[in-house]
Amino acid sequence: MAEITLIIDGQEVTAEQGKTLLEVAREIGKDIPTICFHEATTANALCRICVVEVEGQRVLQPACIVKAGAGMKVQTRSEKVVRARRTILEMLQSTMDLSDAPEIQQMMVEYGADANRFPGAERRESEVIDDNPMYVRDYSKCLLCWRCVQVCADDAQYTFAINFDGRGFETQIGTFFDKAIPETSCVLCGQCVGVCPTGALKPKREYLLEQGMTPQEIGVLNTGRKQRKQR
Amino acid sequence: MSEIDLAPVQPAIEQYIPKGRAGLLPALHAVQKIYGWLPEEAASEIAKALRVPLADVHGVIEFYSMFYNEPVGKRIIRVCTDQACALKGGDGLLNHLCHHYDVTPGQTTEDLSLTIESSPCLGLCEQAPVALVDDDAETNISPDFHDYELGLPRSIVYGSIRKLTANCGEGTTTLAKYGEYEGLKKARTLGRLQVIEEVKASGLIGRGGAAFPTGIKGEGAEKAIGKQKYVVCNADESEPGTFKDRVLLSDDPHRVIEGMCITAYAIGASKGYIYIRGEYPYIVPILEDALQEAREVGYLGDHFDIEIRVGAGAYICGEETALFESIEGKRGFPRVKPPFPVTHGLFGEPTVINNVETLCNLPLILTEGAEGYRKLGTEKSPGPKLFCVSGDVTQPGLYEVPFGVTLRELLEMAGGVKGGKSLKAVLLGGAAGAYASSAHLDVKLTFEDLRAAGLPLGSGVVMVFDETRDMRDSLNRLGHFFAHESCGKCYPCQMGTQRQMEILNRVANGKALPEDMIRLQDVGWTMTDASLCGLGQTAGSAVLSAIKLWPELFESGSLPDARVEVKAEKKIIVKTMKPKAAKKSVAKAKTAKKATTKKTVAKKIVKPVKAKAKKITTKKSAARKSVKKR
Repeated sequence: MAEITLIIDGQEVTAEQGKTLLEVAREIGKDIPTICFHEATTANALCRICVVEVEGQRVLQPACIVKAGAGMKVQTRSEKVVRARRTILEMLQSTMDLSDAPEIQQMMVEYGADANRFPGAERRESEVIDDNPMYVRDYSKCLLCWRCVQVCADDAQYTFAINFDGRGFETQIGTFFDKAIPETSCVLCGQCVGVCPTGALKPKREYLLEQGMTPQEIGVLNTGRKQRKQR
Repeated sequence: MSEIDLAPVQPAIEQYIPKGRAGLLPALHAVQKIYGWLPEEAASEIAKALRVPLADVHGVIEFYSMFYNEPVGKRIIRVCTDQACALKGGDGLLNHLCHHYDVTPGQTTEDLSLTIESSPCLGLCEQAPVALVDDDAETNISPDFHDYELGLPRSIVYGSIRKLTANCGEGTTTLAKYGEYEGLKKARTLGRLQVIEEVKASGLIGRGGAAFPTGIKGEGAEKAIGKQKYVVCNADESEPGTFKDRVLLSDDPHRVIEGMCITAYAIGASKGYIYIRGEYPYIVPILEDALQEAREVGYLGDHFDIEIRVGAGAYICGEETALFESIEGKRGFPRVKPPFPVTHGLFGEPTVINNVETLCNLPLILTEGAEGYRKLGTEKSPGPKLFCVSGDVTQPGLYEVPFGVTLRELLEMAGGVKGGKSLKAVLLGGAAGAYASSAHLDVKLTFEDLRAAGLPLGSGVVMVFDETRDMRDSLNRLGHFFAHESCGKCYPCQMGTQRQMEILNRVANGKALPEDMIRLQDVGWTMTDASLCGLGQTAGSAVLSAIKLWPELFESGSLPDARVEVKAEKKIIVKTMKPKAAKKSVAKAKTAKKATTKKTVAKKIVKPVKAKAKKITTKKSAARKSVKKR
């Protein structure tokens, strides 16, 4: 495998050709934060929290997809980078419920992000959708990382049960004409729940426990459902 | 929901079935023509026929603002309330219509006869205020709203030269009038590689806004290896204040087609697309006729043919990779670059995508030769350039000039600021551009001089604001525009355009908070530095330029309201255009008495639309002849 040399934060680094800046940086112990990135899904570079400054490039570059190149000069914490990361975090905090996203809360602290930076900001609020026996959907907690749509489609399951509603700030994950999950092609494989980083998709049992139900009560619920099914 | 007769669906979409998913947008358009909207059952039929997942079909319908998944009126009036029209009373027009039909913007009358929406720029800025009534442009609407022109909009062409616009201003130029494709003939004698060399030597730079050298694109795509190569004409002209491509396409379609043929020949492409914005429905038949003419004489055929694709209300689809996605039947999400279109473009194949005006330069370069072409313009910005002059100017219109005239010279050509007022600002390059002030009047309008002055050329927008204008209103509209048009893919733009809009709204209402200026700068720079595509990267640019020019506008609480009718304004601009909102907003029932009175008034105002349309075409035929001046 060919090797290349580049400079990250003033440090000369030798790396395998074809690796991303994120991979190379992590190999040398540099921390570049990520939100939408997940090893199991196609990287779309949409959260932009992993952006770094590459000399000669007009705009910041997403480390999750940009390949390390010979002679590249990369800054992972320049002033521009920090402003972008902090502002993105502040906007997220002003938009959605991050209570189930401890990693992002940690980033907020690290970047000195002000949780109340945007007074009067419109939030993306949504009712909890409890329409199937397997998981609940709380899109107030969704930060649109796209992972659930990706694993439901050609990154894993090829089920294509979910896609997007609206666009821009009003984008939300949704089904065909807002149908309930059991009326869609969903096979309840649970992959979407597995890749959700913020608790927007949650196993039903976990959700019910959080609501204060005891395991016994949940068990009774399930029995009831089974009995109804048999009838 | 009443029973839906699905019988007409199949015949309407039959021709798109072989295209598979790539046939989705045309199929949705065809079905929406039948029902006026896209019922679930019909969408389901389309999904089955084209083999597209149901959720994906719904995702596409949701993305484009001109597709509706709820019933809307038989007639849809889209009133432009964007920058240029706002200066000429666009809000008043919208209010007037809504008042008469007892609806609010975005609502449908209860009998489903009419929907009235406010719209982003319709590309008719020189004839503001304007509206789109179904497929017809309603332009030059008088201050009392009673007089207007309806149908194909005029082309108003001025300037000091007539190269690109030689055939513009007197209706559509047929092939007989256009003559042979001399540039294409010349290209064939030169040979493919020499054509690319000629274009490179001409120094032609793309006119769509990104300012990329056209020859380099051609060279890249020529060298690239692929199963099939494509030429795409980007006619999704949606930049507020831009209307040059509308004039070129409707008056001289063969120049565009010839430009595409030359490109196809040079790179070895066998298939082309013209992607035209959904807000230009009246140009589609003109293009269809022109393509047919070109087929009949063999310019187009098995070796190279062109298909028209009609957008559906999404500014982002002017971004080249989002446009590819749209042709492929997907939501218009821009792709990550690299790879670039010259190697991985439409359907993943080598593609050259150029703006309409850029393509129109190609026949000129070939007939005159690179050297001849370079006689116009400057060393670094050779050739002719079209400027879309609108706003508070005596003679708004499309101006063709050589690169190198100053802003002052251009404005003088246009008769100066209207009513002898003095100049407050010029919005250069559109919403994605920047504001210039009278201090910039002597800047030469070239790529290099504007760059040095920190200003963009963009798509050639020159929108004039006189001294009486409150720039906070303009900024507020910019904010709404980008929030409405962000695709939502990358976080900086998805949330940044929303936050920017909220702050600009406060500023416009005289309710700015302390530090709002810093908030705008952080959001603006974050979008500029970190967004995925050109939309986000320029969504803060005009705002940042305004902060430099008029910092006092952003100070908290120091200024009175920007507008007299703040309340009405708020109503108008709220995002009511979403298909999703349609159901909620069907108007409340009116009393019978009220309805009748309304009807009589209505007759006066909009009923005559059709009747008057006929009248206008005959009576106003003389007036509709385009103004032409040397």
